[in-house]
Amino acid sequence: MKIALLSDIHSNIQALHACLADARARNVDRFAFLGDFVGYGADPGLVVDEIIEHVAEGAIAVRGNHDEAIYSNSIYMNDSAMTAIEYARQVLTAAQTLFLRTLPMLVREGTCCFVHASAASAEKYPYIDSPSAAQRCAEVSETPHTFCGHVHEQLLYFGAPGAKMTLFRPTPGIAVPVPSHRRWVALIGSVGQPRDRNPKAGYTIFDSERNTMTFCRVSYDHFATAARIREAGLPESIAYRIEHGF
Amino acid sequence: MASDIDMNTLKTMAPGSEIDGFRIIDRLRAGGTAFLFRVEAINRPDIDFPLVMKVPMVGRDQPQESIIGFETEAMILPALHGPHVPRFVASGSLERNPHLTMELVGGDGLLQIAAAAPLPTARVVELGAALADAVHALHQQNVIHHDLKPDNVIIRADGTAVLLDFGFAHHAHFPDLLAEEKRFAAGSAPYVSPEQLSGSREDPRSDIFALGAVIYQLATGKLPFGAPETLNAMKNRLWASPVPPRARVADVPPWLQEIVLRCLEPEPDARYQTAAHVAFDLRHPQQVLLTPRSTRSERSSFATQFGLWWRSRDERRQLQRKPQVLVSQSPVIMVAVDTSHPDDARHAPLQWTVRQLASLNLEFRLICVSAIRSASLDESGGVADSASGLQLVHRVRLRNWIEPLHLPAQRVSLHVLESGDPAATLLDFAKSNNVDLIVLGAPAPSETALAWWRSVASSVTANAHCSVHVVRVPSRPRADWESTEYPPPARN
Repeated sequence: MKIALLSDIHSNIQALHACLADARARNVDRFAFLGDFVGYGADPGLVVDEIIEHVAEGAIAVRGNHDEAIYSNSIYMNDSAMTAIEYARQVLTAAQTLFLRTLPMLVREGTCCFVHASAASAEKYPYIDSPSAAQRCAEVSETPHTFCGHVHEQLLYFGAPGAKMTLFRPTPGIAVPVPSHRRWVALIGSVGQPRDRNPKAGYTIFDSERNTMTFCRVSYDHFATAARIREAGLPESIAYRIEHGF
Repeated sequence: MASDIDMNTLKTMAPGSEIDGFRIIDRLRAGGTAFLFRVEAINRPDIDFPLVMKVPMVGRDQPQESIIGFETEAMILPALHGPHVPRFVASGSLERNPHLTMELVGGDGLLQIAAAAPLPTARVVELGAALADAVHALHQQNVIHHDLKPDNVIIRADGTAVLLDFGFAHHAHFPDLLAEEKRFAAGSAPYVSPEQLSGSREDPRSDIFALGAVIYQLATGKLPFGAPETLNAMKNRLWASPVPPRARVADVPPWLQEIVLRCLEPEPDARYQTAAHVAFDLRHPQQVLLTPRSTRSERSSFATQFGLWWRSRDERRQLQRKPQVLVSQSPVIMVAVDTSHPDDARHAPLQWTVRQLASLNLEFRLICVSAIRSASLDESGGVADSASGLQLVHRVRLRNWIEPLHLPAQRVSLHVLESGDPAATLLDFAKSNNVDLIVLGAPAPSETALAWWRSVASSVTANAHCSVHVVRVPSRPRADWESTEYPPPARN
């Protein structure tokens, strides 16, 4: 089975549509959405509706820190991010907010574990920014394949069970073998706000039959997204990020 | 002593038993770290070739390297294709039924062939070029073998070399399981490159070194650095040069010594940059530019070796490039020059184009070919590449054609090919020399006198295995092409 993993969509409906279309063209069987559907961008309602529709059809979805910030004041945000959260709180309907509230923190299925930030202290949303952080995540997830978003970059940590992990930088479009006797922590990239100086939307495909991961990058009209952000009166720095993938 | 697990594995693998959709026929041999079985696929009519199943020795007594090697091969082999690797068929998971099943390649093992070394030069060239083609094909697929040695090469009946055992290999786009296990990461002692000893895993030119060591062995019957058993003894290759092949076997021609010693340079930058260039030089000995390497009769002087040793102590200047990047930065470019019509208007733009292409790539090889209609084909109708009178005339014209471009002599070679079918000859020559780009003139719109150009250009463009750059004479020629100072002076 081929499963498409999408995370950190951040109210960017254009990027989401581009990634979904790309994934369908690659014949994926299922979708998993790893949180941060809202925040930053101009179209949180459209994005949440899209996720609700997919979940109704059997997709997996877990909660991100931006999703939690919609209904909770305990999540720390910088000023521009907070401005966008305030905007989303106004735009989202009660039903959409309720959907975000009901999202699970973490889902395990087969050889896979799906979580927004890290399986270790998932509710604190720690960043996997080192091999040891990846190892902590793999130890808690206890599955061969762990998928996370949150860092807005496509990276792959790997190691023997219990051993220290090694960082690997995947090349987009290459099916990387990820045999299940090892531990793999995949940071699947960001659909709606990439931060590696490449504005293309990022998502990842896991093929559970072949045990491969393909890290994908998809072009879309990111200038239109930036224009929407400015039009909605959101901070200029957010629009700039979309334009530069930065 | 084998562990319990190994004994169990062996018991379940008696002839006739079935594993993961394959039936065991018989046991071939136990390799260093794996058992090999001849197997047949059950209910797989699509598989019409013999199969071998490799089962790793797993267990507490087994070194970790055998398992990592198995994992590495199971990751890389399925990603490879072409005639130079065994066809991958299936693999089992390491926890449940570890195996790797692939084509059982028929042919002669290079190990057996090498046992008869020193071999005649013609045979060394044939085997060396076949092996270089295989290495190049691997590098084009972004993989470095890291353990080239006669044990790991089969020569098919048609002369094609097939590389086996990817347990030490590195794929530029896959996680490197051996990167964290540097103590295992070096290949086999007699063939391993100096940079591998220092832990490098990402330089395709490591394979060029091993290729040189194998050709050395085929030509002399000796190993260039012996078969050292300790890491320290292996490290002398960081600075020591091997005994020159001609000092071992006087029949080795200087050009072959030049090729072998260039492959065995301690510094990767000083070696051939791609295996395609090695294959090319082996196949065209008259085009090999001889340096003092070719006539060396003993190891380098103490002072030279000391200098190299001193330099090797420093941080190695590693300009590592992924295999495909290195291959694409070291293109083999073939330009077809019509030496039968020296006054043709196409020559100027063709020269200008070649100059542009050469300026883009530091490590290019330029093959200048003139395909001439032969005055008299030999009986077999084949192509003669000898220096007949006609050949000489065209060779001189070729040299005059390329000379104004002032390209380094070691990057350029000249070939006059006689044939009844120039297009087919150009295509064959391009393919067998791993050419990456063919440059040739376009037919002019109203051309009757030079009609063969039309057919040659279109046939080559339609049938080439690589890219083709077709050069047209513009309707308004550039001013600098009209000048007597053609080609235009180089820009600063």
